Amino acid sequence: MSGINKKKLQDWFWAYFMILPTVAGTLIFSIWPLIQSFYLSFTEWGAFGSYDWGGTVNFERMLGDSVLWQALRNTIVFTVGSVPFGIALSIIVAVLLNTKIRGMSTYRTLYFLPVVTMPVAVAMVWRWLYNADFGLLNHILSTVGIAGPRWLTDPNYAMISLIIVSIWSSIGYNMVIFLSGLQGISKQYYEAAEIDGANSFVQFFRITLPMLSPTIFFVTVTSLISSFQVFELIFTMIGINSPVIRHTQSVVFYFYRQAFVNMDKGYAAAISLVLFVIILGVTIVQFRLQKRWVHYE
Amino acid sequence: MKRFSIVLVLALVAALGLSALAQAQVTLSYRFWDLNQAPAMEAIARAFEAKNPGIKIEIEVIPWSQYWTNLETAATGRNLPDVFWLNATNFELYASNNMLVPLDDWLAKSDLISLDDYPPALAAIYNYRGKQYAIPKDMDTIGLWYNKELFDAAGIPYPNADWTWDDFREAAIALTDEENQVWGFAAELSLQSGFGNTIYQAGGYVVNEDRTKAGLAEPEAIEGLKFWTDLINVDKASPSMAQMTDTEPISLFESGRAAMYFTGSWNAVRFNANEYTKDRVDVTVLPKGKQRAVIIHGLGNVIAANTKHREEAWKFVEFLGSREAMEIQAATGTVIPSYMALQDTWVKSIPQFNLQIFLDQIEWAVPYPVSVRARHWQQLLTDCLTPAWAGEISIEEAAQEAQRQVQEVLDSERR
Repeated sequence: MSGINKKKLQDWFWAYFMILPTVAGTLIFSIWPLIQSFYLSFTEWGAFGSYDWGGTVNFERMLGDSVLWQALRNTIVFTVGSVPFGIALSIIVAVLLNTKIRGMSTYRTLYFLPVVTMPVAVAMVWRWLYNADFGLLNHILSTVGIAGPRWLTDPNYAMISLIIVSIWSSIGYNMVIFLSGLQGISKQYYEAAEIDGANSFVQFFRITLPMLSPTIFFVTVTSLISSFQVFELIFTMIGINSPVIRHTQSVVFYFYRQAFVNMDKGYAAAISLVLFVIILGVTIVQFRLQKRWVHYE
Repeated sequence: MKRFSIVLVLALVAALGLSALAQAQVTLSYRFWDLNQAPAMEAIARAFEAKNPGIKIEIEVIPWSQYWTNLETAATGRNLPDVFWLNATNFELYASNNMLVPLDDWLAKSDLISLDDYPPALAAIYNYRGKQYAIPKDMDTIGLWYNKELFDAAGIPYPNADWTWDDFREAAIALTDEENQVWGFAAELSLQSGFGNTIYQAGGYVVNEDRTKAGLAEPEAIEGLKFWTDLINVDKASPSMAQMTDTEPISLFESGRAAMYFTGSWNAVRFNANEYTKDRVDVTVLPKGKQRAVIIHGLGNVIAANTKHREEAWKFVEFLGSREAMEIQAATGTVIPSYMALQDTWVKSIPQFNLQIFLDQIEWAVPYPVSVRARHWQQLLTDCLTPAWAGEISIEEAAQEAQRQVQEVLDSERR
């Protein structure tokens, strides 16, 4: 009896010993900063790390901060514009690239390329494409007699331009996940459907999509989270001094401005806390809703 | 085992000996951001070490993009490098929080340097509440750069030192050729090389001398701001704000699409290296408003309050400001040395540009406007003025809003 207990203890010891690095890393680099920033959101910040307890002053300030509300609106517009289209396009690309044709790996690599390219390099190239006076896009439009808009500096177009780049750069990553999801679907379903006379459209909507729904769920959750946290796209494509920054800045960009330009880390922490609650809420809702549409085999 | 102990003892002895040596030697860290200037700084450090055998200088280059965050973290942990560069925008934040050592007592006794060696408006930037905290390292002023080829093509005489705002405006309009997308001027939204200058030229101010009051909504300041927005939105003699966001104003100037551009002496090297601008552009003093004015700025070498070697750090800062160090710096031609007696060397470094005007303007130079939270309000100021530059709101409206927001920051500094 005591022998078994000893062995069990030893097992536990080694198990915990093995996961210690990960647990310690998470505690030190994720959980502790989380607690810290929760605390900081109730402080008023001074120079060089000095701060005073401010109670709910940051949250009261938030209520009257119209720029923050606009940033939140921008973030939602960006998310609604980029996530559904991005996922739909990724599924289509993944399905098309799940066939057996020559040079398939080349196509897959091409679609994945944006994922491994430096974001700053991507932004540079897109800024040049979008340049209203010397850019390729407007040049092409002008050859068919269309005067192209100021893609990145017209408030009516800047957000759409950002969404396009965001979708373009996310397709590759999502596609790889969808591909692995597609390859997990048993061939038998399709064979059975074919015998029953279902064409490929019916097969796609009745077999592929339902069987892919766990993958779609995963990609939707991660895409929404990263889309709510969009920052570097705005930082590199629009810039803090652009005349359209108010119409395009996200909550995280506004957080950056408060934390690192205005050096008001208390207010910045409060903003990040609110964003955290929003993302948490959206994610919980998604998990609740998944019962209605996600099919697990 | 025995052999092992002998090795251990030997190692211990060696370590002790080394640390004894190290104690006789003081090592100072010297931090800055500009990699281009690293060779000159390295040479200066070596020259200093040769003269001061007991002191070693360790250079740390941190890129601009991380410099300020990095410095702030270091200051928070009272772990600043012994000697480092500061600029005007950040200086008062560090000085007001007792992060720096005042240099006045040493300066009074120094045989090597005196504040009179540097332009007064430049030295004044690093004076906080009557105490001098930095020795100016270099300096810059703003000039009116122009494209000779475009002036020739339009048959307009080149700008000269007698030009007034009206002359400037007239020429800018005449040089604009809407059809060919050529503009007389690129009216960049910039405090240092743009509207800051014209506000002082109109007799206004950005912030007053004791940093208690912003002057942005005063009639003079509005006149200085209107100079810019009129050229863009009334005269159409400058590309729109949207165009200047898509393509940087300096690029418009460098590609012959803007005939005139205000920018600092620091771009002389850039224009000289550019095949297009090298022989096509020149520079003159800024046009005169109600009065003459130009913004002067320069970096300073400071000593951290947390240094363990104050005397040694002063020796190094003193040397950095001395003729010998400035000669090494001037030879590279990248920046104007703050040491006035040596500024001619820089003027001669690019003979085809009339660089002398940058020095001539020292006479009426005003310090770059700052306060303790300058970095904060300078961004707010840009944010507030942008819609007026874009023609969405009037400049009066923008100036009122800027005044309100900047004043709020200034008020918060005194709490």
